[in-house]
Amino acid sequence: MKYHFIFSQTDTRPMYQQIMEQITQRVAVGDWPPGSPLPSIRELATETKVSIITIKRAYLELEREGVIATQQGKGSWVSESLDLNLLQKEELIQHLQQVGKLAKSLAIPENELLQMIKKYI
Amino acid sequence: MSISLAIECEGITKRYPQFQLQDVNLSFEQGTVMGLVGPNGSGKSTLLRIVMGLIGPDSGAIKVLGHSMPKDQLAAKRKIGFVAEDMRLYESETIAFHMNFVKSIFASWDDEYAKTLLRRFDLNKEQKVKGMSHGQRVKATLLLALARRPNLLVFDEPTTGLDPVVRKEVLDEMMSSLADETHSILFSSHNTLDVEQISDYITFIYDGRIIESRNKEDFMDGWRRLRLTNMNNNPLPNLSNIKEIQQSGRLCTLTINNYDNSIAEQFTNAGLQVNNVERLTLEEIFLGNVLSAKANNIKDSAL
Repeated sequence: MKYHFIFSQTDTRPMYQQIMEQITQRVAVGDWPPGSPLPSIRELATETKVSIITIKRAYLELEREGVIATQQGKGSWVSESLDLNLLQKEELIQHLQQVGKLAKSLAIPENELLQMIKKYI
Repeated sequence: MSISLAIECEGITKRYPQFQLQDVNLSFEQGTVMGLVGPNGSGKSTLLRIVMGLIGPDSGAIKVLGHSMPKDQLAAKRKIGFVAEDMRLYESETIAFHMNFVKSIFASWDDEYAKTLLRRFDLNKEQKVKGMSHGQRVKATLLLALARRPNLLVFDEPTTGLDPVVRKEVLDEMMSSLADETHSILFSSHNTLDVEQISDYITFIYDGRIIESRNKEDFMDGWRRLRLTNMNNNPLPNLSNIKEIQQSGRLCTLTINNYDNSIAEQFTNAGLQVNNVERLTLEEIFLGNVLSAKANNIKDSAL
C-alpha cells in the first residue's frame, strides 16, 4: 500500500510534526475514519523513507493528543472517540500560533492584528 | 539479553603515527539505523573497518551481531554487507559476472531481489564495469551487498558524489532493506540531511573520539539557539549547557545543548529578554560541535 506522504524541504518544523500533520489531515478529511488501522511504524518508515524513531515519536504524540490509539501487539488505529470538529479546531489554533509569532516578529500591535484577521471572517 | 545489539564496541583504541582512535564506545540494537557523522579524517572509516574486522584494535572489545571481532569474523561476515568507496569491481567484467561471483560465495543470495534491484537501479547486468559512471558503480556495489540479504549493512559514505536522483535511489533502497526487525544499518556520511532523515541513532565523531552518541529525536531536541536582548549588559548565567556565545551590542545569540524550558526562564530571571528559541538542523549542530571542539582542542570535554 502507498501512503503518498509528501514532505516539504522548506518546512522548518521537525519531521515528526510534519508526519503528525499528514496523518491528522487524512483523519480530518475522512480518508482515515475512526477505528481504521494505521500502518505499522516500520511499514510507514520504509515507505516514507523516514527513520523508525521519528515515526515512533509522531505516533506517540498523536496518541497523547488522542488522535490515535495504540495497543502493544495490536498496532495503532484512528481513535474511535475522535471528535473531528475538535481536531480541526486544533489545527486552526496551530495556525493562529504561527500568526501570533509572525506578528510579534514584525512588531504588529494587537489591535492592528485583530483588524487584519477580521477582514477574513 | 533482552535486546539484541547489532554492534557493541567497548573502549576501542587504535593508534597510528598521525592519528588515534580513543576509547570509542558505540552500540545500537538490531532493526535500527546508526548514522556516523564527522569531518574528514575524524576516524569514521577506521571505525567502520574495525567493526568489519578488517583492522584489529589495539585494545577494546567489539561484538557484531553477537560475534566477537576480529576473532569470529568469518561467521559474522556471512551476515554483514559492506560497501565502501574504495571497493573495486573488476573493470573488464560485467555486473552479471559479479552477481554470479557473490552468489557462489553466499548461500543467502536472493535472485528475485537481485532482479528487482537491477530494475529499480536502472542497471543493465550485461554492462561492463569499465564504462559505468560513479553512480552506477555505487548502485552496483550496493546491489551486490543487499541481494545477500545481510542482517547488517555497513556503508561508508553511501551518497558522496551522487546526483540527487541516484542519492534518493540509494537512500530509498537502504530504508527498504529494513523491512523487518532483524536488519540494521551502520553508515557514515558528510551529508547531514541524509543522516537526519534515515538514522534512528546519531554518533558524532571528532579527532578520533566520540563527542555525542544518542537517539536522533533526543539529539535534535537537545539543541537550541536562543536569541536574547541584553539591554542592561547583565552577566549571563553561567550554565554548562551553553556551547557558543555570540554577542553583538545588545543582541546575544547562544547555542545550547540539553535544552529544557527552565533554561529560558533562567535568562529571563537574569534580566535578559528571550526573543526567540529556535531548533537547529543537524548541519548547524555538526558545525557548532566541530567549532567548539576545535576551540577547546577537546580537553576531555564531555558535552
